[in-house]
Amino acid sequence: MDILYFAWVRERIGLPRERVETSAATVADLVEELRGREDRYAAAFADLSALRVALDQELSEFDAPLDGVREVAFFPPMTGG
Amino acid sequence: MRISVQVAPFELGAESDAFAAGVENAGAVVTFAGVVRDSDQGGLQAMEIEHYPGMTEKALTAIAEEAVERWSLADALVIHRHGRLAPGERIMMVATAARHRKDAFEAAEYLMDYLKSRAPFWKKEILAGGGSDWVAAKVADEDALKRW
Repeated sequence: MDILYFAWVRERIGLPRERVETSAATVADLVEELRGREDRYAAAFADLSALRVALDQELSEFDAPLDGVREVAFFPPMTGG
Repeated sequence: MRISVQVAPFELGAESDAFAAGVENAGAVVTFAGVVRDSDQGGLQAMEIEHYPGMTEKALTAIAEEAVERWSLADALVIHRHGRLAPGERIMMVATAARHRKDAFEAAEYLMDYLKSRAPFWKKEILAGGGSDWVAAKVADEDALKRW
């Protein structure tokens, strides 16, 4: 599965995307796995209320299942316009 | 309907003219342009706009399709830039065309409200002193969606 990071999430983790082998059932499970890796991940995922997630380029929720999902993206609330 | 996510500057007048010339049976054309303003503390050197290629185009298309449907628009246009922009540069524009002005105005406001909070763009202020700050989303922006 490809995981993408944007804005300060990308900066905190230190890379824009990576490929991850995971058996996480939901986004929240995946976040828990990532948090356990290294401090920079724990820092980026410290406060989920400050984060948004997209599954295959559609906005989603942290309790959403990852069945069949190919691309997960984590980012802060959007500030376009 | 045209959606363009681009680095290059755009000509507001030329884009507005082309948009207005391309619609039939519309009595109202509304255009809105967003411009890079100085930061609240002053001293803004540049605004860096990051986006999520692929999702951005999809999200903008979905938002514009919804606006066209809901206000029976004759046409809609969204142009949004990314990359490094100087103060005073235009970031984005929307245009809507409808039979009557109320629909064109409302649809333009809807497009703006939704693209601010639902299209994957992130702004970073680069300050003259060398510092930088990600622009935080405002509660008011999220609240603005509730009226639709």
